[in-house]
Amino acid sequence: MITFISFAPFQPTPGLAIWSLVIFLLFWWLMAKYAFKPIAEALRVREEGIQDSLDEAKKAREEMANLKAENEKILVQAREERAAILREAKEAKTQIVNEAKDSAKVEANKILNSAKAEIENQKKQALADIKNQVGTMALDIAEKVIRKDLKSDSNQQSFVQSLVDDIKMN
Amino acid sequence: MGKKLIFHKILILALLFGFQLSAQHNHDHGGHQHHGHNHDHGSHDHHGHHHNHDHHGHDHHGHKHAHDHSKHDHGAHDKGHGSKGYATDCGSPGHVHEHHGYDPAATAIHHISDANVYTILDFVRIPLPCIIYNKDRGFEFFSSGKFHAGHHDNGHHGYKDYVLYEGNVHRIDCPNFKGSDAFEVEGFDHVTVKNDEGKDVDKKYAIINGKAYLLEAKTIWDAGILGGGPSSFYDLSPTKNVISMFLVALVLFLIFRRVAKAYATNTGSAPKGIQSLMEVMFQFVRDEVAIPFIGKKKHHKYLPLLMSIFFFILGLNLWGQVPFLGSTNVTGSLTVTMILAIIVFIVVNINGNKDYWKHIFWMPGVPTFVKPLLAAVEGLGLFIKPLTLMLRLAGNITAGHIAILSFIGLIFIFGNAGQSLAGSSIGTALAVPLTLFMMAIELIVAFIQAFVFTLLTASYIGAATEEHHH
Repeated sequence: MITFISFAPFQPTPGLAIWSLVIFLLFWWLMAKYAFKPIAEALRVREEGIQDSLDEAKKAREEMANLKAENEKILVQAREERAAILREAKEAKTQIVNEAKDSAKVEANKILNSAKAEIENQKKQALADIKNQVGTMALDIAEKVIRKDLKSDSNQQSFVQSLVDDIKMN
Repeated sequence: MGKKLIFHKILILALLFGFQLSAQHNHDHGGHQHHGHNHDHGSHDHHGHHHNHDHHGHDHHGHKHAHDHSKHDHGAHDKGHGSKGYATDCGSPGHVHEHHGYDPAATAIHHISDANVYTILDFVRIPLPCIIYNKDRGFEFFSSGKFHAGHHDNGHHGYKDYVLYEGNVHRIDCPNFKGSDAFEVEGFDHVTVKNDEGKDVDKKYAIINGKAYLLEAKTIWDAGILGGGPSSFYDLSPTKNVISMFLVALVLFLIFRRVAKAYATNTGSAPKGIQSLMEVMFQFVRDEVAIPFIGKKKHHKYLPLLMSIFFFILGLNLWGQVPFLGSTNVTGSLTVTMILAIIVFIVVNINGNKDYWKHIFWMPGVPTFVKPLLAAVEGLGLFIKPLTLMLRLAGNITAGHIAILSFIGLIFIFGNAGQSLAGSSIGTALAVPLTLFMMAIELIVAFIQAFVFTLLTASYIGAATEEHHH
């Protein structure tokens, strides 16, 4: 019979074989049931929880980002609107002022024109009055002259003189 | 001599290591056993027995022995020693032959071998139960405490026809031998003789009442190629290795039970304490071994096996590294790694799918004439894979233990087997750093070997369950 080595630790003995088989199988079964499976399950649940939390955080972050973008958009819009409103207001103001100016001018012209017309009327009336009075006076004068003429030349002249003086006084 | 003895004890303690190699004891032991007289062992404390004897000298017992053992005329025994013919007859006259000097190899092998007694530091010997199946008498149960084991785990007493030699139960191979519940064994001897084929065979003897009796070892399942073979009895005892395995498995179970409970009560909060330590290793095996090799979908099924293998091997590797705890060599024992390899082999092959077997016996995609060749190679590979698993682990762990023991052995080699104080000091100065270095390496090896075994198991399972897409 061939013998390679006589080395006790490498000699397979039935006693140790049976015991190690029994102990390892028991160890495997007990550890699987009471330790490894619960631990693996707990780790899986925890890892999934962490992954979910991360996903949620990412989603929340994205939502926040979207919200912010929207806010900015709204802000920009508001700014634009404000500018537009201001511009419109300015235009409206200018327009109103101009319109007011125009209408004031028209009104003023109207008043002026009516005033002119009044003046003209008054003037015409006054002139007519004067004409009437002058006529009357002329008639008076003429009447008096005619009456005096009949008496003397010198008298006539002094009379006329006095008449003229009277007119100047008026 | 007494002072030197104490010095050696201190040296060993200083090494913080659970090995005791004092060859000096051997010397004392031999001296004691030499007388061959019946002492009253019952009243002796067996741990200190030979020490006391050494101190008090032979005169204490008042025997007529005039000669000192060192001058003893070995006569015919010496002639026979080393060649065939030594005490070949059952119960022929004989006495313990002294083996002078220190044999580092034999001592190292003794210290890493399994035993029927759990010895811690050569001081504490815990008796273990013995379960023997004897072909003549059936099952027999008794405590190894009956052997009153002393130095080198040799029993001072015998029980029925069993004796304890170097920690292992041996049976006296002699039909005429009349044993009793407690008979005295004076000592043991072993000689190397040539057998009929010219091979060296180690023969072991127990010396009882001045007669040498050939010993028979327990049955070893090695088909005779590893120095063992069938014998008349099976030793099914829970040995030192079995007790270590049981303790490690129990400790691991208690630790993991606590961790599992922590996950249940501690849900939603960060792991703490032992939970965080185990979680790192657990996740390492899962994420670096199970998932990459087996796949995310299927790994759940095999995770408990991979975890069990990893932590069982790691725990036993580390247990063997602990000084003062008997320095057991469980994962360095081929029997244990063989069982693990067989379990892996079975799990791999019963889970092998159609593709797996097709790839072994009728490899697709190669010319037909190559297929039988590949089938032969793959068929061999089927068995070589678990074989390498078995040898790699046992070889690595045993080698580490031997390296450490060899470095410690330097103390005794330099110290001239305990005779030279100066030599011992030099040996110690060399042994301490070398041993520390080796232990650091062994610590890494403990993790690496557990990892490699698990990784290869996962890769074999992965290959067997892989789905191919052609």
